[in-house]
Amino acid sequence: MNSKYNISSYIHIKNNQVSLNGSVIFIEEHSIFTNFIKAAYKAQNTKYPKFFKMDNLSKLAFLAADILLKKQNLNVENNNNIALVFSNKASSLDTDISHQKAIQHKDNYFPSPAVFVYTLPNICLGEISIKYKLYTENSFFIFEHFNAEHLIANSNSLLDTNKAESVLCGWVELEGENYEAFLYLVSKEGTLEHNKQNIITLYNT
Amino acid sequence: MEALKQELKENIIEQLNLEDMTVEDIADDDMLFGDGLALDSIDALELIVMLDKNYGIKLTDPKEGRAIFESINTMAAYITEHRSK
Repeated sequence: MNSKYNISSYIHIKNNQVSLNGSVIFIEEHSIFTNFIKAAYKAQNTKYPKFFKMDNLSKLAFLAADILLKKQNLNVENNNNIALVFSNKASSLDTDISHQKAIQHKDNYFPSPAVFVYTLPNICLGEISIKYKLYTENSFFIFEHFNAEHLIANSNSLLDTNKAESVLCGWVELEGENYEAFLYLVSKEGTLEHNKQNIITLYNT
Repeated sequence: MEALKQELKENIIEQLNLEDMTVEDIADDDMLFGDGLALDSIDALELIVMLDKNYGIKLTDPKEGRAIFESINTMAAYITEHRSK
């Protein structure tokens, strides 16, 4: 069955590089994640100091979404009807471990509120929603592997029921130095049909 | 007292991830919240943890924080009077 929805734009952040719609827009080789994501953020010239307060998963998700949404020329003062459907495997484990270390010993028990607030994966959706003033549906799913079928079912449902005019969806995985973001925007716009084969092809690009 | 103020500025920048700020950007009487450094509620909680961890001061009444965290001057004065480490 042909889909009535299309993929209008997509982004990858992995292996120390950022690519938008298949074109590499930033590379920082031989760099650990924290240095890479900071350099990638600064290269975008986004003035948003809260970025530096985010945990690593939120930095990854926020930057991927920000680069992609910036190209949509949105007016952030309008209510942009863009839903968010994200997924990954490690949930917020990277930050959960940081929090656990802070509460490991009774005689050195100083949990950080700024770390604790990121011990849920869907916090990154909130960060994106705050920046772009999205008052839309959002959800974060945990899967063993990238799940194109679920992304299709969920985003098409949101579009079919007029819960959103477009959906930003994909996979944002981070555990230590292993990270990967793949997000795409689906709506009636665009030319690439929103189907499993196309999503998997883009994901593996 | 001046050394403590310097230390507080360094710790605040590091602990609160004020990436684009330097010690020179923070005046002793700058408001830490509101129009000054524009710290938020999570930052306030981090400051409470910092007082406990670095200076052995436990704030039991959150309302106390409003006056203590008004500026570097007020923080330094409170720490000097109440620190246990």
